[in-house]
Order: sequence, then structure tokens, then C-alpha cells
Amino acid sequence: MPVIETKNLTYTYPGGTKPSISDVSIKIKKGEFALITGPSGCGKTTLCRCFNGLIPHFYQGELKGEIKVTGLNILENPIYEMAKHVGLVFQNPENQLFALSVEKDVAFGLENLGVPREEIRKRVNWTLNLTGIYDLRERAPHELSGGQQQRVAIASILAMQPEVMVLDEPTSFLDPLSAKKIFKVIYELNKKLGITVVLVEHRLDLTARYADHIIVMDDGKVVLDGEPREILSSEEARLIGIGIPKATRLYHILKKDGVKLSNTVPLSSDEMANLLKEALKVHD
Amino acid sequence: MSVFDGLKFRRVYSPIHNLDPRIKFIYVLAIFVIAIIFWELIPLIVLFIIQIPFVVLAGVKREWLRSMRGGAFLASIIFVTNFVVAYFAGRGLAESLENAIALTLRFIVLIESFSIFFLTTSPDHLGLALEQTGMPYEFCFAFTTAVRFVPVLAEEAQTIMDAQKARGLELERGNFLKRIRNYIPILIPLIVSAIRRSLELAEAMESRAWGATKKRTNLYVLKIHKNDFFLIVITIGILATAIFIRLYVPIPSLNQLLKGIF
Amino acid sequence: MIEVEDVYFRYPNGVEALKGVSLTIKNGEFVAIMGQNGAGKTTLVKHFNGLLKPTKGRVLVDEAETTKVSVATLARKVGFVFQNPDHQLFCETAEEEIAFALKNFGFKETIIKRRVQWALNLLGLTQYKKISPFMLSGGERKRVALASVLAWNPKILILDEPTIGQDYQQKEKLRQFILQMKTQRKTVIIVTHDVEFVAECNPRVVLMREGKIVADGEAKEILTNEEVLTQASIVPPQIAQIFMQMPSLQLPKNIIDVYEAREILLKMLRSDAK
Repeated sequence: MPVIETKNLTYTYPGGTKPSISDVSIKIKKGEFALITGPSGCGKTTLCRCFNGLIPHFYQGELKGEIKVTGLNILENPIYEMAKHVGLVFQNPENQLFALSVEKDVAFGLENLGVPREEIRKRVNWTLNLTGIYDLRERAPHELSGGQQQRVAIASILAMQPEVMVLDEPTSFLDPLSAKKIFKVIYELNKKLGITVVLVEHRLDLTARYADHIIVMDDGKVVLDGEPREILSSEEARLIGIGIPKATRLYHILKKDGVKLSNTVPLSSDEMANLLKEALKVHD
Repeated sequence: MSVFDGLKFRRVYSPIHNLDPRIKFIYVLAIFVIAIIFWELIPLIVLFIIQIPFVVLAGVKREWLRSMRGGAFLASIIFVTNFVVAYFAGRGLAESLENAIALTLRFIVLIESFSIFFLTTSPDHLGLALEQTGMPYEFCFAFTTAVRFVPVLAEEAQTIMDAQKARGLELERGNFLKRIRNYIPILIPLIVSAIRRSLELAEAMESRAWGATKKRTNLYVLKIHKNDFFLIVITIGILATAIFIRLYVPIPSLNQLLKGIF
Repeated sequence: MIEVEDVYFRYPNGVEALKGVSLTIKNGEFVAIMGQNGAGKTTLVKHFNGLLKPTKGRVLVDEAETTKVSVATLARKVGFVFQNPDHQLFCETAEEEIAFALKNFGFKETIIKRRVQWALNLLGLTQYKKISPFMLSGGERKRVALASVLAWNPKILILDEPTIGQDYQQKEKLRQFILQMKTQRKTVIIVTHDVEFVAECNPRVVLMREGKIVADGEAKEILTNEEVLTQASIVPPQIAQIFMQMPSLQLPKNIIDVYEAREILLKMLRSDAK
């Protein structure tokens, strides 16, 4: 059974003249690492807001079609109920930390749910260790770098032990090295804990290698949906102008030139280097 | 920037910082009451001196001196007016002087105790104390969030100012009205961004189960420790002694005392 | 021309953001200042239009020392576009927004009109001239902010993190725009940590770390130098990474462009097939 399933989902913001997403039908399986991408304004963020009921409960507006997340109909469940199952991490780390210390922030969701104190303490420590920020637990948010702040935001969602984690461009304010580390944390959570990850990203060069599933949106619609290697090789993807990783581009250019390379499309520099080594029969 | 640096809270540990804010507040109130019931110089000097160990223990000497300096202007006004009024009312020079010093010192003692409280209580703790004294959670949350975002907004205001200066805005140019108008290009982006920020904050709060239950729990809880108990005893001791002296012991003025010696 | 001579800068809170930076940027150069967040990139470029003045050392713009000229005077020469357009947009229409700086600089009404038209046109914003910038999308707001600086035609243009939050197509447009500026002999300075973008533009790269310059040179030299990149916590561009992982092939090291990579690999693969 899919963890997220939408059927003909169409949504218009209050006062909007045209729908921000229209006719979106997708399925995301349990344990998957799904990547949603597409040009700015294509409706990615709007779709994310539907996953925990911010749309329509917080934003109002008109939602048509069906959407079920972890088996729950978002229309029938308030946001705080959905929050136990689906965690959202936003783009700007600064605006999702409210408390004056890291551990207090991580505890925030559990406090809201009325979890007993001893249990909160246990889960907070577990989460801090898992995300590698235990040493920062007493720091104030303004004493942290952007990368550390985003880790805190991820930890504060993780503490609520959701089945699905949705991250909306979580690294766009970070430098590439911090971004790389964040993606690694996310990937480990996906693999170790089996949390379903839905990641919205432009930077495919850093993320494509982790994905099991890519959904490409354009102008409010899903235009491509499938296996990453296939999607990133398609002519459509190139025409829409999503940032195809350079390693993948190089592979296709060489293929076009008639070079014999294995048929597994590379998504990262490592994979591409290995393909080339294979073709040139060298071993490093 | 530097003006706002003072608003950045920092976690510090000291026996005084670790005290329960509620007890500290009771202590401040007690000092407040004592300072009000005495108008003689000698007990006020004593009151001023017995608080100094707190400042030393908390390790906030420099900050404390700064806040005392902040009160200096008001203190000198209090001194001058009291002296002038008493002197022209026909009380002797020495007596007027002593009276004015006593009233100024009363004011200084009040600043002293309040600054000890605020310098050694993290906003975090204060929010918690408010919460545990039955203040509605929404209010406490608003308080701590405001403290959290003051440095952020200050920085943002600076960036906006830079951005507009880079487009040729000169804040210091023109007459008074023009100068006020010069701030519009700074205020509008600041307000718009604050609104945008609050919307994002609301979204993030909702996503973390804000309002799920009326019985919210808390990671931290304030408990009365040994030191807090100490402070209670000290407070009661000082208060009781002060009341006893006020009621039964005649207090000589410094003038009389000096005359007695020489 | 910008000359930075052994500049130190300390913020009022005591943080030392620049620790002895020397740099010369000639007219018509295209420079990318790179490094991790907090390396001092933005602090450095804020010295170029006098927003910050050195604690020690000096900065000269066209031979005038920045401490002796007002920001407003320097700004005529040095246009600075901030990272977040929302930190500067405040007018009711895009047109007024672009006219704001021109009015501050005391241009004549007729010239202002012409310049606004020109800037709107250059960045493809003409259809939005009567629309409030707040109603526009993020990418469009960024363009309005850029237009509002370009309008007075500064000879030096500084762009702080121009690619943050931009999608692939928007970045491509930005690249085209910068190239256009270059052909007009404008000096363009970008502050960025977007390696792939820099790899595509191939400018001069100045690499910073903890308030100091650690490397300065052509993009394809700097972005393929593993040692300095690690120092500055920068991830090499993907093409460079591929080449770095095949050391035994003795490939040329300074390759960051897809098509250059193709040429080299094709030669190798074909000679191999024979």
C-alpha cells in the first residue's frame, strides 16, 4: 500500500485565479526516497503542503480530488493529527526554530502532543545523537550555522517519529558541503529507520544518486514520474530545463557520439568514473 | 549592531543563574519593600552592600556596572531635586545632603536588585517560570519567541539599511520631516519580511502539532533545590531583621553618629 | 579598478571577518568570490562600495580611497545587488522601484524615464512595470532588484549569491546576462558557493577561507585543485570529480566543462578501440 496517494488532486489558493496544482495523481511507496523537482513556481511546495494538511486546513482555498497519507484522509484529520505521521522540514531553517535552545526545539512537537517528560527526554537524546548534534543541545539558534540549524529542524521533526518526512528545498541557503552533509543525514534516516522521504530539490547533482523515484512537475502538473535513471535520460527532462547532473549529461553526450558504455545511466560522478574505467579497461 | 548585541542571551552557569527565577523574584520584591520602608542612610548602605556578593557569585560584574551606569543620570536628578527641595525648605546643609544621598541610594538599591534578577535569569528560564506560575502557554511562547527573534530582526534591519544605501539612500539628508521619510524604504521591507516570517513560523508550528492537546507537557521543569532554599532563608532573614529594626530600633542619622564620635 | 591593500576588518561585536586581504580587480574582469558561509566573502565585497570601511589597510575604487567618499558617491560606480530582493523592494510598482536609485542620485526626470524603460526591457520586465513587486514570483522579484541597480549603469556590478533558490533555467538566464555585461566591458563580481554555476561561467575565482584569500586564478585551475578546495570546504564540480577519480589515465587535470571533457574522452576511447 502506498504511503502517499493522490488522485486528480487540484488546488487553488484563496483568491487565486488558476489552480496551483492540477490533476496530480501520484503514489509514493513505503520506505521510498522520492525526489520532486521542476522549475520554480511549478507547484512543488504547494503539493508538499497537502501532505500534512496545511492545505487545506491552514491555507483554506479549494481542494479537489483525493489524497491519503499513511492511510489517513487529510480532509478528516486536523494538522496536529497528521503531524504525528508526516513531518515537514522547510526551506529557511531560521523560521522553523522557535526555542532558545536546541533541545527545547527538538522537544517542541512532543510537548505539544503532551508526551510525558521522561519519554520526551529519552526521545530528544535519541534524536540528537542520531542527527549528530548532541553537543549543540544547549546552544541558542543564533549561535548555530545554517547547516546546524537545518539539522536541528530535521531533528525536531524526527523526534516525533513520523513515518514520512517531507523536505522542501532544505539546503537552498546552505553551502555545498553543508548541503551534502544534510543529504547524507536524510539518506541514512531513510535507510536505517525506513522513513519514507519526499525531497523537493533543484540540485539534482547532489541528490539524484539517493533517489528511488523522481517526480517532475511543470506548471502545476506532473509531467514525468518514474525511475531516476530513466527520467534523467529523457528528452522531456532536458527540455523542461531541470538541472540534470553533469555526470549524466556527459554519459548521454558520449553515448550520442557512439561510445560503447554500459546501459546503466550514471547519476553521480563515482558511477560515471566507474563506467569510464570499465570502458577503458583500467583499474584504479 | 553593537546596540543589539546586549539582547543576545547567552547561557551561563553560576549558583545565582541556576536559582529558581520565582524565588529570585521574591527576593527582589523583599529588597524592594525594605528599600521603601527605610529612608535613613545607614540601613540603605547596608542593603546596598549585602547584595554585592550576589553580583560576584554570578560573575556579572561588568554587565552589572554597565546597568548601574545606565541609571546614573536618573540617580543624579533624584539627588539634585531632593537636595534642593530639602535645603530650601530650611533643613541644614548636612541634613539635606544626607537625606538626598539616602533617597538616591534607595533608587540605586532598586536598580541593583532588578539588574541582578535580569542579568542572571535567562529568558528561557523566565518563560518557564511564567508558565509554571500559571500564565497561559500562548503568552509564554510569545515571550520566548520574541526574545529569540530580536537579534534576527536587528540583523535584518541592518541588511536592509545596507541594501538601500547601496541604492543611494542617504538617511542623514534633509530636514527633520525628510529624515523621517528616509526611513520608509527601510521600514516597508522590514515589515513585509516580518509578516512573511510570521507566516512561515505559523506553518512550522502547525507542522509540529501546535495545539494538539490542552495538557501540554514540558521538557524542563523548575524544581526547588538546596540553593533556592538558602535564598528563601536569606530573604526571610533580611526581611524579618529589617522589619524588626524598623519597628523597635531607633536609627541614628550619619550626622548624629559622626558628631557622637568626634 | 578595485584595489584592496592588506585589509583587516573587525565587526563591533569583536568578530574578525577579514584578516589581511589583498586583491586587485581590473576593469572588465569577471570574478567569482567563493568560500564557505562565514569565510568573509560578503564582508569583503561590502568594502567595495564603502558599506564597510577597513579596520586596517585600505580599499581604493578607481584610485579613490573608500574612507574618503560617501557610500552614495561610490554606489554610482559600484552597483550592489543583495542576495534577498525582499530586503530592498518597497515601492508600489516595479517602475517606481527602478526609479528609486535614479532619484536618489539626482538624475533628470526625462533621463529617469528613459533609463527605467531600458532596464525593464533589458531584464524582460516591461509587462510588469505597473505591477507591485510584491505580487511577482521570487525569480521575477530578483530580476526587479537587479534592474533597479542596473538602471544607473554602474561600471562595476556586484551580485551577492545570485543563484540561491534559482532553478536551472533562471541560472542559465543569469549566465547569459553576465556574459552580456562582460561584452560591454563591465566589471562583474559574484559572491557564490554554487560550484556548478561557476564551472559553467569560467570566471576568475578568488577562494576565501576564514577571512583570508587562499587561492586566486582561473576557474578551471582553482576548481580542479583538490588541496585548496578542501581547505575552503568546497566540493569540486562534477566533471572535475570524474576526472579526479581516474588518476592512472593521466588525463589533463583542469577540466570542468562537459564539452571539453567529451573531447578528451572521445580521443581516449577511440584510440583505445583501435
